[in-house]
Amino acid sequence: MLENSEQEPSEAENEEEQTDDVVRPETLSPEELEKLKEAVEDRKKLIQGLRGKPWPMKQKLVTLKESQQFVEKYEGALGKGKGRKFYAYKVMMTKKWMKFQRDFENFKTACIPWEMKIKEIESHFGSSVASYFLFLRWMYGINMILFGLTFGLVMVPEALMGRPYGSIPRKTVPRAEENSAMDFAVLWDFGGYAQYSVLFYGYYNNQRAIGWLKYRLPLSYFLVGVGTVAYSYMVVIRTMARNANEGGVGDDNSFNFSWKMFTSWDYLIGNPETADNKFASITTSFKEAILEEQESRKDDNIHLTRFLRVLANFLVLCCLAGSGYLIYFVVRRSQKFTLDGLENHSWWERNEVNMVMSLLGMFCPMLFDVISALENYHPRVALQWQLGRIFALFLGNLYTFIIALMDEINVKRDEEKIVKYNITMWEASLYNGTLSENSTAPPITVHPADVPRGPCWETMVGQEFVRLIISDTMTTYITLLIGDFLRAVLVRFLNYCWCWDLEAGFPSYSEFDVSGNVLGLIFNQGMIWMGAFYAPCLPALNVLRLHVSMYLQCWAVMCCNVPQERVFKASGSNNFYMAMLLVILFLSTLPAIYTIWKNRMFDVIQETLESDFPPWFGKVFSYASNPGLVLPFILLMVLAIYYLQSTSKSYKQANVELKKKLQTQNEENKKKNKKAALKAAMDLEEARKAASLSAEQRLHSRNIKT
Amino acid sequence: MGTTASQLGKELLSEYQELTFLTKQEILLAHKRFTELLTKDEKDIPNVRIPMERILTLPELKSNPFRKRICLVFSTSEQKDGSLTFEDFLDLLSAFSDSATLEIKSHYAFRIFDFDDDGTLDFNDLQTLVNCLTGETDETRLTPEEMSQLINNILEESDIDKDGTVNLSEFQHVISRSPDFVSSFKIVL
Repeated sequence: MLENSEQEPSEAENEEEQTDDVVRPETLSPEELEKLKEAVEDRKKLIQGLRGKPWPMKQKLVTLKESQQFVEKYEGALGKGKGRKFYAYKVMMTKKWMKFQRDFENFKTACIPWEMKIKEIESHFGSSVASYFLFLRWMYGINMILFGLTFGLVMVPEALMGRPYGSIPRKTVPRAEENSAMDFAVLWDFGGYAQYSVLFYGYYNNQRAIGWLKYRLPLSYFLVGVGTVAYSYMVVIRTMARNANEGGVGDDNSFNFSWKMFTSWDYLIGNPETADNKFASITTSFKEAILEEQESRKDDNIHLTRFLRVLANFLVLCCLAGSGYLIYFVVRRSQKFTLDGLENHSWWERNEVNMVMSLLGMFCPMLFDVISALENYHPRVALQWQLGRIFALFLGNLYTFIIALMDEINVKRDEEKIVKYNITMWEASLYNGTLSENSTAPPITVHPADVPRGPCWETMVGQEFVRLIISDTMTTYITLLIGDFLRAVLVRFLNYCWCWDLEAGFPSYSEFDVSGNVLGLIFNQGMIWMGAFYAPCLPALNVLRLHVSMYLQCWAVMCCNVPQERVFKASGSNNFYMAMLLVILFLSTLPAIYTIWKNRMFDVIQETLESDFPPWFGKVFSYASNPGLVLPFILLMVLAIYYLQSTSKSYKQANVELKKKLQTQNEENKKKNKKAALKAAMDLEEARKAASLSAEQRLHSRNIKT
Repeated sequence: MGTTASQLGKELLSEYQELTFLTKQEILLAHKRFTELLTKDEKDIPNVRIPMERILTLPELKSNPFRKRICLVFSTSEQKDGSLTFEDFLDLLSAFSDSATLEIKSHYAFRIFDFDDDGTLDFNDLQTLVNCLTGETDETRLTPEEMSQLINNILEESDIDKDGTVNLSEFQHVISRSPDFVSSFKIVL
């Protein structure tokens, strides 16, 4: 194609010279016109692909200028032919669009927060520690969007346009609690005024449309709830797909040594100490890999190893069961305490549940670490087992917590029924003394604070989640300060007056625990997803928490941590964490979906469809949601998945075949080359012999002549 | 033409944006860091060339075991002494940037690892590579037996046509399946 374009300019240039520097497209035949257009398009593609070519800058600049001149000259000329106005317009719009895209890319990269911080961490600690902070920043982005949705579409309209505080019973602090409603202790516990505010579910009225905008608040609440879940799914799956594409599927062990050799150096390292660590770890990993290769056949007492591994798994199961039971027991105890009245108990007893859960989350992983010493796995495999166990621990704890909460919810709902019954009695008693039968009564005004009302279990659930998140955050920060900062201070300053070298031996500075921190982040997000429906304030709280975490952990890692000694990357782990996030998302939205289903909250959609939209819309919707239509659709999707799976398998197969073919082809080429080389050598020999023979003959004949 | 000492022309800046994977801010930052390395007299010379020793004082390159090879590969000087002009420097940053494609990164990685510049990675290249990676001191180096076993393993894995060397396409094939390569082959100012 490039040859063609070389020809065209010369032809056209000839014409140019003939016609005084003006190219007349009318003089070119239609095919030549087409060829010219194609040549111009080719040049444009070349310009776009220039940055991906491994040429030195000078060559690229020259090619760029040449191609740009060519394109300008002939684009202008082409524009003079038929449809020139449209063509010129199209060209101009494409140019403007590309410029806009480039400016937008520049703007986007300038907007990314914390770029310098992360880059500094990368240069000191390498990319595995930095990957945690990149993950944190990504989570922050997701939570910002969730916060935007809940704040903008639910909390703000209610605050601005809903009935104000104090107008109806559910929005008012009950008379009995009024005295303590403003106390800091009560507010910190999210009771009092905080409870009866836009922060929690209970504040929102079921009035269909509020304010002068006729904003449909119940519908919006429901849709925002569904929307946050849908958005989270979409983002997680999209990231997983992107990682899978970049990563290269499967084949984890087929290029073990080559990868160690070609890809193990981290070019972001700018710190000599980190570089030394990296050298040491690379050497260790080479030596280990070589040893493993040699010893892979040795059996070495496999029965003992198997027995130890089974024992270790049994111990871990006992731990998990024990922690589950502990949580259940503690939640029941806290229910008893609330029945007695919270003032009679100490701070520990009031916050028992949250503290126990946070402490379990801190100590059990250490226990698992100790137990895994029995198992004698390769470090990468051991890490995966450890992560799996911590995952099971957190999941078990979360679900035990929810089940215990369910019991409380059921108790509260029974209470509500009783209270509703009592309200009718109470209302009747109000009218008792003042009326006779069969007369209409003027409505008696009662202050909303005096109306007896049942507990709102949704608000209670929201409160529990908020308290859990706050105590989890506090525990993390305090462990950080004590475990990392205090330890570093002690090691640094006590080292002067201690018998053994604190910095080199025990306890030394701590390393940054990437996997533990990432798991903590994932579970925190799971709790947010679970509770966001009942407490719209949760995403806001999480945004604040992540913001503070970023600064605190960046400071802590630069100040108190040392680079890791064993720097091996669990390379598939990027998608491993994403897969865990997806599972957590699924499991944490299950309870909310269950309660929505049970209380038929989605009736609000039905109602909106009936009253706000034209009738044909409702008909279409009812056809679409007919089970007879939905089931075949689901079947179709399952079949599509099966089809895609089988085509990907066949592609992998084709790859293997091609590789084999390449190998045999190369071997044949080598054989052919050898044969040809041999033949050429023989021919050369013969030619040489013939030449020397003829030289001899000539000499001989000359000798004879003289 | 060429870069003047203090300012990059607007047109040149947009051309550089077109020809590299760097954003405008990154190019300007690179220009700033490059001019910081110049001495007072050099600041007025257009298309000035900085010798390799001064480039190697950059903190991003100082701890890199391949720093000399990187300079030699990206240098366009006729003496092949590893000196870089600003445009060579931009080429370097573009190949090591976040948005560079796998093809260009693997192409330059191959050239960096090809210590004898013969277009293939043979036994000696691989040996030098391993020695670079295991550090300077003797305790961290591999014994000759370990070394030969390692290199034989590598050739077994990557050398598809079994000619005893790894050429560019075999290298790119191995690298394209690695999940770590793109994220570790990065230098950011």
